[in-house]
Amino acid sequence: MNPVLLLFYVFGLMAVGAAAFMVATKNVLYAAFGLLITLLSLAAIFILLFADFVAVAQLMIYVGGVVVLILFGVMLSNQVQGKAVQSESVNRWSGSLVVLTLFGGLAYLILSANYLVPAAPLASAGDLPETKTSIITIGIRLITNFALPFEVASLILLIALMGAAYISTEEKHD
Amino acid sequence: MLALLLCLVFLLLIVIITTYAERKVAAFIQDRLGPTESGPHGILQSVADVLKLLQKEDIIPAAADKPLFTLAPIIMFAAVRAGFGVIPITPSVIASGAYLGVFYLLAIISLDVIGLLMAGWGSNNKYAVLGAMRSVGQIVSYEIPAGLAVLCVVMISQSLDLQEISFQQGILMNQFSGLEKEANYLFGLKALNLDVTFIGGITTWNIFRMPFLFIAFIIYFISSLAECNRAPFDIPEAESELVAGFHVEYSGFRFAAMFLAEYSMMVLVSLVAVVLFLGSWNTPFPNIGPATLATWTTGTPGTWTGHLWGVVWLLSKTVILIYTQIWIRWTFPRLRVDQLMHLCWKVFTPIMLVLVLLTGLWRLWMI
Repeated sequence: MNPVLLLFYVFGLMAVGAAAFMVATKNVLYAAFGLLITLLSLAAIFILLFADFVAVAQLMIYVGGVVVLILFGVMLSNQVQGKAVQSESVNRWSGSLVVLTLFGGLAYLILSANYLVPAAPLASAGDLPETKTSIITIGIRLITNFALPFEVASLILLIALMGAAYISTEEKHD
Repeated sequence: MLALLLCLVFLLLIVIITTYAERKVAAFIQDRLGPTESGPHGILQSVADVLKLLQKEDIIPAAADKPLFTLAPIIMFAAVRAGFGVIPITPSVIASGAYLGVFYLLAIISLDVIGLLMAGWGSNNKYAVLGAMRSVGQIVSYEIPAGLAVLCVVMISQSLDLQEISFQQGILMNQFSGLEKEANYLFGLKALNLDVTFIGGITTWNIFRMPFLFIAFIIYFISSLAECNRAPFDIPEAESELVAGFHVEYSGFRFAAMFLAEYSMMVLVSLVAVVLFLGSWNTPFPNIGPATLATWTTGTPGTWTGHLWGVVWLLSKTVILIYTQIWIRWTFPRLRVDQLMHLCWKVFTPIMLVLVLLTGLWRLWMI
């Protein structure tokens, strides 16, 4: 078994294990740290797939931004009316129905999708891709083929920023 | 593996020296003597402190969240430590030549924030939680002007590879694969038609290639002070109101690890500032006519002269920046939280946004 494949399984198991822990634990803060481990493992898997930019962006956005925000939220709202917030399992039947449907749908989609990947790029461990990084290709694609989605994404972010600024202003406009 | 060990030993050494320097400089600024007892002029004081810390009992408060409390110092140190991997030491020595160097560095340092939050929350102490909250708010805010300053350099250099950025700032530029045909012009302006590729020295440093980067450097430096919770931005640890902030419950080895993480962070941000703005391992002396000062003080890359000069220049510039950090700490009073946020969001961020625009224009004049 080659080391890349072995590492893939290690990080894959970590991601799945931490995600399972996140769902199972009652402590909201521990759940957030479980999410952190899942996201870090995903970044490692991206590295194994030679997607260096995606991996670092994953670290930057999810670990440095989203998880910190979630932790902040949990810490500021952990004690409501004097007792700690715990995640409890409610809506068991409807919840598992939704989960099973989602899982089935996604599995069907993933298995039947026709991927645009080159056939078996990683035949052996010594077989490295020619370019040093994926960022140059990503940059060129973003301002040519995918210019419209890129601009739309920035527009959505701008709207979110304006919304946040509006919500947090002191005097409310009636 | 060897690089890891070497870097760890080097870090321990530099942290021990920095703590001693911190106390002596503080004493000098406050017209005191500082440590004098252990060793001549007290130079063994930091060693004694380290030995004392290692012998101490590892106390974990009964009401603390044990897993978080014990893991936090390790995560903080590991995050800072991981950042050192992409820093070039000499023209031919770099632990990881990852192409995304700068981006990776900015991302991995953000893990430090997670460690801080774990420490603050795990201690189950209101001072610790307040300190962690303040610290994280401060670090996350100041990442924005610091990140924009780094972005300016990346736009000028057209590269995220710290080694490539280093090569661009000196006379060895054409020896880097991919830069063979590049040329440096004075102030980066091609219209001036003054080729300084082989003059090197300070004329090819990034703060000289694009003079407005000097403003970016100052802003980066101030933001980096806030990112390592140094005075005048040490409100997370403010002794007079929060005792010690997020590390109030820590003792013994765990405290030593946190302390090491904080001082390593100081070293790391100074190294990054040097690599990005102040010419990395390049010599400050230019070649002037027959007096080829730059060539004399660069050595041949790959041989021991190249290594030695590279380390000497990189470290001496870093030491100057660390000294400045200490100097500022003992000169300025602490800022209030609102002043801190005002400085970040209403002063630095707009200035940096304008500078990013200006850098884009400048890049057009460079080619």
